[in-house]
Amino acid sequence: MTTEFRRFRGTPGYLTSDSLESAVNCALALEKPLLVKGEPGTGKTLLAEAISAAFEAPLLTWHVKSTTRAQEGMYVYDTVARLYDSRFGDGDVRDIRRYIKFGPVGEAFRAECRVVLLIDEVDKADLEFPNDLLHELDRMRFRVGETGDDIVARQRPIVIITSNNEKDLPDAFLRRCVFHFIDFPDQDLMRRIVAVHHPGLDGSLLDQCLSIFFDIRGMQRLRKRPSTSELVDWISVLQRAGITSVRLDRELPFLGALLKKEQDLAAFADQFAGGRKFRS
Amino acid sequence: MGTQEVVNLARALSLGIHESSLEGFYEVARALLVHSEQHLDEFDLAFAEHFRGVTFDALKITEEIRGWLEEVQKLRELTEEEKASIEALDLDELQRLFERRLKEQTSRHDGGSRWIGTGGTSPFGRGGFHPTGMTVGPAGGGARGAVKSADARRYKGYRTDIVLDLRQIEVALRRLRAFTREGYPDELDIESTIDATAQNAGELSVVVRPQPRPDTRVLLIMDVGGSMDPYADAVSQVFSAAKRATHWKELRTFYFHNCVYGRVYRTDHFGEPIGIHELLRLTSPKYKLIFMGDALMAPYELHATSPDEPGSPPTSGIHWLGVLRQHFPQSVWLNPEAPRGWSGNTIEAVRSVFPMFHLTVDGLTEAVAELTRRR
Repeated sequence: MTTEFRRFRGTPGYLTSDSLESAVNCALALEKPLLVKGEPGTGKTLLAEAISAAFEAPLLTWHVKSTTRAQEGMYVYDTVARLYDSRFGDGDVRDIRRYIKFGPVGEAFRAECRVVLLIDEVDKADLEFPNDLLHELDRMRFRVGETGDDIVARQRPIVIITSNNEKDLPDAFLRRCVFHFIDFPDQDLMRRIVAVHHPGLDGSLLDQCLSIFFDIRGMQRLRKRPSTSELVDWISVLQRAGITSVRLDRELPFLGALLKKEQDLAAFADQFAGGRKFRS
Repeated sequence: MGTQEVVNLARALSLGIHESSLEGFYEVARALLVHSEQHLDEFDLAFAEHFRGVTFDALKITEEIRGWLEEVQKLRELTEEEKASIEALDLDELQRLFERRLKEQTSRHDGGSRWIGTGGTSPFGRGGFHPTGMTVGPAGGGARGAVKSADARRYKGYRTDIVLDLRQIEVALRRLRAFTREGYPDELDIESTIDATAQNAGELSVVVRPQPRPDTRVLLIMDVGGSMDPYADAVSQVFSAAKRATHWKELRTFYFHNCVYGRVYRTDHFGEPIGIHELLRLTSPKYKLIFMGDALMAPYELHATSPDEPGSPPTSGIHWLGVLRQHFPQSVWLNPEAPRGWSGNTIEAVRSVFPMFHLTVDGLTEAVAELTRRR
C-alpha cells in the first residue's frame, strides 16, 4: 500500500482547515464518498467546486430534490419518447439504447477521465434514497435493466455528498462515508473568508460588519440565522452603496440582505423598539 | 462503530494520511470513526482522555454507577441464564453510553437543540433506570441507534400490553391523515390521459401528476406527573397510537407539568427543555397541535406572572397557551377529566383558549374532526 496520491490543500478561492483537508484526503485515499454536513452557507457545495478545480477534474452535480429517486441518478429509460417515435416513425425504435438517458451517476461512471461527482443535499430526498445508492457507490457499477448493459466506472469518481441535516441518514450509508462537519467559521476565519471575496475592503468597515454579523447571529429568536454567504452579499451591497461605516441599531442599512424572514425582521425591530439594550 | 471503521482507519494510517503526527491522527480518526456531528464532542472527550489523560469531574459518579450497573447485571444473570452472554455485551454498550451521557453533562454543550436532543441523562437517571431500559439493550449498531432505542424502550411495555385498546384510537387518529399531490409529476394519470388522448383525436397525449404524499405534521404536548398520574394509561395509549401512526409526515412530542411556562421538555423527566419561541421557530403553523392534560391547577399557576428568564418581561401560563394557540390554528386540548367537571376551575380558562375534548375514543374522534376542519 504505497500508492502515492495527490493531496488536497484547498484553492486560492476556497479556504480550508486542517481537519477538512484531512477528511478530503481520507476520502481520496480510501476511495470513499465524503459526506459533508454543516449549516447552510458554510460552503459545502463550494467544496466540491474547489476539489474539482484543484484536481482539474470536471464537476458533475446532482441536485437532489424531495422527489428525486436513486434510479434517476443512474439512468432514465425514456419510454414516452420511444412511444412517440414508434408512432411517428422517427429513427430506429428497436434500439432501446437510444432511449436510455444517463443521470449524473451514470455520466460520472462513463466519463473518460476522473470526475468529481457532487450529490447535493442528499437529505432532501426520501428516507430510502441513500440506501438505494449504497451498492452503486460501493461497487461503482450498475446495470441497465432494459438492455442488460453493465455500466462500470472507468475512473473511480471523487464523490462528495452534502447534507443539511433535514433527515437522519441511514447507518449503513454513514458507515461507508468519510464524514466531515464544517463548523461555522469563527471571527478570525470569517475575516479571511471575507477578504477572499472582498479584497481591499476597508479594515474598520470589516470590523464593524463582522461584529454586527456575529451579534445578529447571537440573537436567539431568529428563525433563520444569517450565514457566510449572506454576510458576503451584505458587504458587497454596502460597498456598492458607498457606505463606509455601519452601526448596530434600528436603521441598519440593507438589513434585508442578512435577515430573510418577516418574523426575523420583526424580532430584530423588537430588540430595539423598547429601548432595551441589545441582548440575545 | 464497527469493523469496517477500524479497517478503514488502519488503511488510512498505512497510507500515511495522518502525516505521522498526533494532530493528523486526530483528524483522520475523527473523519473515519465519527459519522455525525452529534458525536464529535464525545470523540473529542475520548481522544483527550486517551491521549492526554484528562480526567473528568464526573468520573467518580461514573464509577459509582458502573458498580450499580454490575450489580443489576448479576441479579439478571440469576433469572435469565440463557441470555447471560448476550446481556453481558449489552451491558458494555449501556455503560459506554452512560459514561458518555455523564460527560456531556459536564461538557460545554448547553445550547444546540440537536445535541441535547440525543443527549439527556433521563433514560439513565435514577428514576429512569427501570428494568425495560436494561433488558433489551441496544445490540451493536451505532450509538445513535442505541440512544434512540433507549428512549423508545420506555413505552415498549405499554405498547405490547394494550394493542387491543389501541386499535380504536389508531382508527380515530387515522382520520388526521391527509395527502397532497405536490412536487414532481411522475405518476401516470390514466383517466386524464384517456380523456386528453380522445380529445386529441386519438393521438397519444400523456398526462402525469405528482404522487400523493402524507402531509400531516403533528405536535403532541403532554402533561405528566402530579394530578395526571391516574390518567397515565390513557395518555400513554394515545401516545403509543400516535407513535405507531405511519401515515404522518412528522410527529414531535414534548412534555410539561401543569401549565406551559415559556418552555416544554423533550423527556418526561423534564429534561432537555426547549423554549416556546424556539419551538415556534422550528414548527410551522401547518402543524396540528394536540395538548393532553387535565388543565387542573391552582389558579395562580395559570394567571400569576413570573419572569421566565431574568430580565425578560413577566408572563403568565395562560399567556403562553395563547401564544401557542395563535401560532397553530389547528390545535385541540384532550382532557382526561370528565366534562362535567369542566367549569368553575382552571379548565374553564384553558377551554377559552383551546377547543377541549374528552380523552375518550369519541372525544378523540371529535377532536380529529376539529383538527381537520377546513377554515
